[in-house]
Amino acid sequence: MKFGVVVFPGSNCDYDTYHVLNNVMGVPTDFIWHKDTLLSDYDLIVLPGGFSYGDYLRSGAIARFSPVMNAVKEYSEKGGLVLGICNGFQVLLESGLLKGAMLRNKNLHFICKHVYIKVKNTNTPFTNALKEGQVLRIPIAHADGNYFASDKDLKGIKDNNQIVFQYSDKNGDINDNVNPNGSLLNIAGMVNEKGNVLGMMPHPERASEKILGSTDGRYIFESIINYLKNRR
Amino acid sequence: MKAKITVKLKDIVLDPQGNTILHSLKEMGYEEIIKVRQGKVFFVELEESDKARAENLLKEIAHKVLSNPVIETYEVEIIE
Repeated sequence: MKFGVVVFPGSNCDYDTYHVLNNVMGVPTDFIWHKDTLLSDYDLIVLPGGFSYGDYLRSGAIARFSPVMNAVKEYSEKGGLVLGICNGFQVLLESGLLKGAMLRNKNLHFICKHVYIKVKNTNTPFTNALKEGQVLRIPIAHADGNYFASDKDLKGIKDNNQIVFQYSDKNGDINDNVNPNGSLLNIAGMVNEKGNVLGMMPHPERASEKILGSTDGRYIFESIINYLKNRR
Repeated sequence: MKAKITVKLKDIVLDPQGNTILHSLKEMGYEEIIKVRQGKVFFVELEESDKARAENLLKEIAHKVLSNPVIETYEVEIIE
């Protein structure tokens, strides 16, 4: 098993993600430069958080055109697992691998804090180690996390059970008061139709070691490892 | 040739920045202002003398790169 973390100019969670995958989860992990296009050796590609290309134009808009993203698209079409965290989620939306778009946070603040998210769908390679309705405590750190999709796309996303995580309170209640950024349906994370591409705004790599205050992020990495072991 | 490309949020999309500007203007006493929507303007120069070809090219980049069609619309205007 081997994981790859894509590095765009301006990625800044690439080393944190590498550290958790390689040292905490114990899976050999490589950095993949944004100009590289050979992904066939990897069992998971992570698009990490940060500010790729300075978030110029729109968050993720320039990264979408880097050579590696064509390869990521092909990789996902063949069923490869892709995890986009924060800026990685924004890149997945801009590139059309996930439907919808991110708007500026409703209160215009850059929000950096621990939030609660409720698990809506456990039937994915990224959430099989979780229980439906389980509540995780994982930090967010973003200015553009206000998820938007057209009525038609949102209906499709709901009907296909593509919503994976929703902002909630610690008891799992989903309401406007616990929606940090204004996202439609409190969406914090979602998969594509096939279920092999996950985008999420919270940072699981910042919640994978006791010293950082929460280890809930590990469930996601454990799920991925379970899935890959069982697939073999 | 010079052109101006305006990118706007679709009407159905919430504009937190525009709403905040509107709110501030009202606080300052500009009661007449009833709506503000923030957008982007790109001033582009290109080496192309045929107007129709230039317009097609500009529309292509506006659609593919400068705007996100999920949330935005664009207008292309040749200015000289």
